Amino acid sequence: MNESFRLLPESASSVAASTDALYFFLCAISAFFTLLIFGLVFYFAVKYRRRSAEPPPRLAASNALEAFWTLVPFGIAVVIFFWGAKLYFHISRPPSDAMDIYVIGKQWMWKVQHPNGRREINELHVPLGRAVRVTLSSQDVIHSFYVPAFRIKQDAVPGRYTVTWFRPIRAGIYHLFCAEYCGTYHSHMIGRVVVLEPERYQAWLSGTPLDEAPEEAGASLFATLGCITCHGARAPTLAGLYGSEVRLADGGTARADEQYIRESILDSTAKIVSGYPPIMPSFRNQLTEEQLFDLLAYIKSLKDPLEKRKAQE
Amino acid sequence: MCSVERGAQLQHQFDDIEQQRQADTLGMWAFLATETLFFGGVILAFSVYRLYYTKGFIEAAHRLHLGLGAINTAILLGSSFTVALAVHAASLGKKKRLVGLLLATGILGLAFLGVKFCEYWSEYREGLVPGLRFTYEGPFPAQVRLFFSFYFVMTALHAAHMVVGIAIFAVVAFQAWRGRYSPEYYSSVEVSGLYWHFVDIVWVFLFPLLYLLRG
Amino acid sequence: MTPLEPSPPVTARETYLNAGYSLKSWLLALDHKRIAILYFVSITLFFFVGGAFATLVRLELMTPRGDLVSSDTYNKLFTMHGIIMIFFFLIPSIPATLGNFLVPMMLGARDLAFPRLNLLSWYIFVAGGVLTMVAVVSGGVDTGWTFYTPYSSAFSNTSVVVTVVGVFVTGFSSILTGLNFIVTIHTLRAPGLTWGRLPLFIWSLYATSIIMILGTPVLAISLALVGAERIFHVGIFDPASGGDPLLFQHLFWYYSHPAVYIMILPGMGVVSEIIPCFARKNIFGYGVVALSSLAIAFTGFLVWGHHMFVSGQSVYSGLVFSFLSYLVAIPSAVKVFNWTATLYKGSISFHTPMLYAFGFLGLFTMGGLTGLFVAALGVDVHVHDTYFVVAHFHYIMVGGMVMAYLGGVHFWWPKISGRMYPEWIARFSAFVVFLGFNLTFFPQYVLGYLGMPRRYHSYPDEFQVLNVLSSAGASILAVGYVLPLIYLLASLKYGKAAGPNPWIATGLEWQTPSPPPTSNFPTTPTVTAGPYEYQDMEVPFVQR
Repeated sequence: MNESFRLLPESASSVAASTDALYFFLCAISAFFTLLIFGLVFYFAVKYRRRSAEPPPRLAASNALEAFWTLVPFGIAVVIFFWGAKLYFHISRPPSDAMDIYVIGKQWMWKVQHPNGRREINELHVPLGRAVRVTLSSQDVIHSFYVPAFRIKQDAVPGRYTVTWFRPIRAGIYHLFCAEYCGTYHSHMIGRVVVLEPERYQAWLSGTPLDEAPEEAGASLFATLGCITCHGARAPTLAGLYGSEVRLADGGTARADEQYIRESILDSTAKIVSGYPPIMPSFRNQLTEEQLFDLLAYIKSLKDPLEKRKAQE
Repeated sequence: MCSVERGAQLQHQFDDIEQQRQADTLGMWAFLATETLFFGGVILAFSVYRLYYTKGFIEAAHRLHLGLGAINTAILLGSSFTVALAVHAASLGKKKRLVGLLLATGILGLAFLGVKFCEYWSEYREGLVPGLRFTYEGPFPAQVRLFFSFYFVMTALHAAHMVVGIAIFAVVAFQAWRGRYSPEYYSSVEVSGLYWHFVDIVWVFLFPLLYLLRG
Repeated sequence: MTPLEPSPPVTARETYLNAGYSLKSWLLALDHKRIAILYFVSITLFFFVGGAFATLVRLELMTPRGDLVSSDTYNKLFTMHGIIMIFFFLIPSIPATLGNFLVPMMLGARDLAFPRLNLLSWYIFVAGGVLTMVAVVSGGVDTGWTFYTPYSSAFSNTSVVVTVVGVFVTGFSSILTGLNFIVTIHTLRAPGLTWGRLPLFIWSLYATSIIMILGTPVLAISLALVGAERIFHVGIFDPASGGDPLLFQHLFWYYSHPAVYIMILPGMGVVSEIIPCFARKNIFGYGVVALSSLAIAFTGFLVWGHHMFVSGQSVYSGLVFSFLSYLVAIPSAVKVFNWTATLYKGSISFHTPMLYAFGFLGLFTMGGLTGLFVAALGVDVHVHDTYFVVAHFHYIMVGGMVMAYLGGVHFWWPKISGRMYPEWIARFSAFVVFLGFNLTFFPQYVLGYLGMPRRYHSYPDEFQVLNVLSSAGASILAVGYVLPLIYLLASLKYGKAAGPNPWIATGLEWQTPSPPPTSNFPTTPTVTAGPYEYQDMEVPFVQR
């Protein structure tokens, strides 16, 4: 209770000001209509309070008035809808230069994986000014990744990946809450997002000993699980797979995004690549969510040889 | 509270028997609307998963006894026919025919349940009952398990509705035998018929969804 | 002040109250008025049980640490508060009490279309309530009233199955009541009572009943599937078995969003009856207000996805549901404007029912306006699952619905009991409720935007001041709810005899004695005019 009383959380991300702007507009509209109704009711109650036995006059219905107070609120609603939708589109589309962070919700903690192998529990260190794409999943029940200071929130759903992003604009330490009830210690699933100026972030990054980078961990898994035995010869090549369009045996196509790669590992017969037999074993129940992320990071790093040459030129 | 006039029972809240009949019919239609939403919910859930897991569901559908399902469809359609004839008999005041057709409908309903029981029994023996005895070893085990979960939930709900329907027909047949219905008022026969037709229609959806979509 | 003396018996003639004194005559009653009383008693009980859980929640939240009860206990408290208040108080409240009592009378009928179904619906309600209470006392349930999977279907260690069975059973009570109302309104209207002359209370209950019969079955099947999943581990909603947790959310909210319109529409109907009577004026825009109830019922089925903007559903779904959510707000706004316009050039008195109607007008408006916030996609990302949402729905449910309920109870109390309640204590009580309510829930809007999530047992220190304000308000609100319980019960013995029409109100129900006889009308009345021809009637309660 030694902080000054606030009506708004801190504004620490690039979307905070836009969210607050829409919020203020909504507050203004609400204040206007609240005062209007309270005011009118109060005014009419006083002005037309019962003073005589005279019955009130009959008032004609007015279609014009009904139309007016239907269309004006509708117009306001449309404005709010478009404004909110625009903001939502922006919040849903991570910029292409965003750095990847993987977060797994688990009863009752947040497990964070950095691209270079750094892992954190209930803390997320990020550099100031850089967009961060957070890919979320859950190991058990639905959680929700919520940073009020950034005005962002996204559910972490078991069995799938969801994505949110933010660009921090102020250094500082901000609350990370779980915002989807998840059992006994739901309210203890609180963490911190630590936004550091770039130099201090670098210092933190190289500070303590690193775990293996996800790509390297993924490469080891790829070998030890035997993936390499097929996916070098008999099975579709994985170089350049990520982001490409895949021709499927049933004639359709699929985009090889994170969800596709995850499904291919866990439910290998769901989508068979055209020209290949359906003999890949399933790795469901053999991998933790972290290992899946590591494999994903490794497969994403496998560039098409042609692209690699182009990049080198 | 009930005044018996020529076998009809005008309840005190109604002004005349025609009003009562209209209320009974509207009431049954409203109730069937709720049942549509009830079965609709589970059919929707099943359809969503069928889209996700088409191959597994097709594999599972092969494990159902198509012949028995088809026989049941014929039995149920037949019972809808007998109950339609029963309603017609009631409108003509043909008491003996009415009672006979109502009993026939109930017996066909029991036959359906008998066949269903045989299916359930053999599915149990084959180890296809999730939660009780599921020993399936073939392809797509999780999806086949999901299919059978839906199969049992949907057909059990349907069977429960049939049990209620058969009980209703027993009561209505008894009332008919005691002369409670006349061409002026045979509302109970009409609305039970409506209910039974609905139960039939639900089966007409379940049968193709479960048995016929086998790739 | 004269000492309290029991008033003489209201009347020596036959009324629905003295038509039989045995327990059996009440428990096997087919008279819609007696069944309404049975419901009154049961839902009042549930209201105070749910309120007790709320009291414990607010007590715990006075301090940031979770120091009053354990985390598990707290999770059970808010879950059971929600389940009891929603399924056992709000959903049945006005329809099963005031609706059951008044629908036949307002239509000029002797009873509902299906009196035995009506009694059955009460027994089903009680059975569902008993089952849920069994769950409560046998360890409780901690899933939240929303039962999200896979927590509820695979992780919770509490009495989930018993609870979902209890709610499943109670759902049928709702369905039967709705069915009864629809058929009654269609078939038992008195001669001359065309659809265009129906009281707006009837219109609102008609719309409510449509939602009841079309929405509740989907809740029933969703909960049945959760129960099946828990018992048989079938994997319908559990991703570990290939199931989809979002499918549960879609099925659940398909009912639970329209359910909020089941809760509010009857309250709007009550307000539409009270305002014309105490302003002595025909309602402004009758046709529009009547049709807006149907518009709300219809559109209310199309917006469920606005509970799932951050759940992982697609951005495009979000757009559709957001837009439709704005559409459903418009008919409600139109009603508020028409009610306000009814006051214009009226002759207004401030009896307790009117005070509650004013309270509804203000608080429903505020709660409804905050609906614009949560329907706005970009803002909802921030406020979803925070106290902002909690404040939003409590403003509408408690600030709106419960005030309308209390207003209706006071308005029709003379008709139901034959007695007047004590006016000045009742007015004082209405102010206490209004004050306590705002102090409890307004701070929660601020808490929510600050980022305090819902269902939190302990919270960061900086949220304490607002939480203390909220808990203080709750203690005041509790007083406001206990007072009517006391004085209404006392009025049964000490209240002045009411006479058939103490408010000089229109409406067929006021053409009968108070309390009415069992069969309501000696002969079926004929209706020749609209429902609110106040301008043709004398003006009562004129101040010198």
